[in-house]
Amino acid sequence: MDTGSLGKRYGDGEVIVREGEIGDRMFFIRSGHAKVTRVIGGNEVHIADLKEGDIFGEMAIFEREKRSATVRASGEAVILSIDKTGFLRRMHEDPSLVFRVLQQMSERIRRLDTELATLKSSM
Amino acid sequence: MVSDGKLVLENGSSVAVVGGGPAGSFFAYFAKMFAERLGTDIRVDIYEPRDFWSPGPIGCNMCGGIISESLVQNLALEGIDLPESMVQRGIDSYVLHMPEGSCHIATPLQEKRIAAVHRGGGPRTVVESKWDSFDAFLLKLAIEKGANFYNARVKEIGWSDGRPEVQAADEKPKPYDLLVGATGVNSPDLKLFEALGFNYSRPQVVKTYITELEFGSELVKKHFGSSMHVFLLNLPRLDFAALIPKGDFVTLCMLGRNIDKELISSFMEHPQVRRRFPPDWVQPANYCRCGPKMYFGEARQVFADRVVLVGDSGVSRLFKDGIGAAYKTAKAAARTAVFEGISAAAFRDHYFKECLLLNRDNRFGRAVFSVVHLIKHMKITSNSVLRVVEKEQDLPGEQRHMSMVLWDTFTGSAPYKSIFARSMKPAFLGRLALAHLGAYRRTSADGTDNTVAGRQAGG
Repeated sequence: MDTGSLGKRYGDGEVIVREGEIGDRMFFIRSGHAKVTRVIGGNEVHIADLKEGDIFGEMAIFEREKRSATVRASGEAVILSIDKTGFLRRMHEDPSLVFRVLQQMSERIRRLDTELATLKSSM
Repeated sequence: MVSDGKLVLENGSSVAVVGGGPAGSFFAYFAKMFAERLGTDIRVDIYEPRDFWSPGPIGCNMCGGIISESLVQNLALEGIDLPESMVQRGIDSYVLHMPEGSCHIATPLQEKRIAAVHRGGGPRTVVESKWDSFDAFLLKLAIEKGANFYNARVKEIGWSDGRPEVQAADEKPKPYDLLVGATGVNSPDLKLFEALGFNYSRPQVVKTYITELEFGSELVKKHFGSSMHVFLLNLPRLDFAALIPKGDFVTLCMLGRNIDKELISSFMEHPQVRRRFPPDWVQPANYCRCGPKMYFGEARQVFADRVVLVGDSGVSRLFKDGIGAAYKTAKAAARTAVFEGISAAAFRDHYFKECLLLNRDNRFGRAVFSVVHLIKHMKITSNSVLRVVEKEQDLPGEQRHMSMVLWDTFTGSAPYKSIFARSMKPAFLGRLALAHLGAYRRTSADGTDNTVAGRQAGG
């Protein structure tokens, strides 16, 4: 039933967002997985993995900065994009709409805290 | 269980939702979710007599079945993904048909973000559903959140010791702390709310015509693709019509005044419509059709102490995105009930603000549709619109002003106020005026058919 698929289909390794680009939307993973990488000292470093139901690309919308990382599909992935203007308008009308975005950001901060603590303790 | 005379929902409070369509299910889902976030345990009972799970029209909610771009995105943000087993077709473009010609308008992102669904188990010829019903999907979400579902018609609603009570068929009256009306505009249950004594009166409605045309999935794909087809034809009494491709069917929605057999027949035989269909296609005798009412103007007094009406039975959007309006109003009412209270004052200060925004936006909607109506009757202007849209398809997305105004008007993807504001911008009007002047000069200079239709006919 491919006719019923919403969003855009990305093949394995296909770039969804590229580090350094201007961001005008965020993304919701409808199915599949994605890999987040960042170029540090000329090397591409794997930062995180994303899964179905995850939202990404929100930092470029909230901070008006360039994309901080590259996100590629890991295997086939279906991604729904969420427009910046529409999202901001709807968020101002109904702030509870960002509850899940905040929840996911909070989970990421908690994970980063744990990783930072592990790194510091091993130094 | 509301204590100390305070009209707020507390642990053990109970809510009755009359109507299990999108507005009722959204209300139940969000009320349970907000209460859960606060750590409050409330009981939510949904009463709905229809069966959305069985194949055929038994659970049909008589609607075009379009989930707008903005609602698809909102639901994704809420963590609600519309599954492929329910979305019959993802829509990524639309084709505008006018007597002067047609033009294809794609979304700038080339992405399918509009969902075409059947609200119930499909038209009357369906004996085994290939796709799930949208209303069943939402109701299941509410049930999974902890709402109770009673597959029963409400016989009576009334008051007992200052609390609303609901009596389902063959049941004793049950008292509740809050009563939510989500019956839509086609249900006989509206009169129960009008008789409740708080001056509620139902919204103004217009009659529409909806029919399901069966082609089979291959022909739907070949002839309609993933585009919604919008018709602005110069037929008396017809405002506009749309063909919405789904799985095996295409839904035809017609909006106008006094839609009768004669008008339906004129539309179906119009060359612009006829050429969309397979050449040898004949409509079967037992096709599914209905003439439901559609929301046209706001209801009066949609709240009182312990009562609130949501969705179409309260306030909705003019002509478009009724499901999106059900989501907005149901969520706003649930937010109010859980966080602000269930008094008339709480609903007035919080929930009704959302209703007023929709009402105000509908005023802009009336202006937008008046202009559409005018364009339809002016051949040169129709041509200019088609020419501008044709040229815009080579431009980057953000520069396709006319295309996006039309896209948002016919898909319900943006508020009418935003559409109106964009169509009043000097750049937009200037481009249209230039195209208009060009079309006028060409027509008057050589007398040849330089219309889009003329060029399309000549290849």
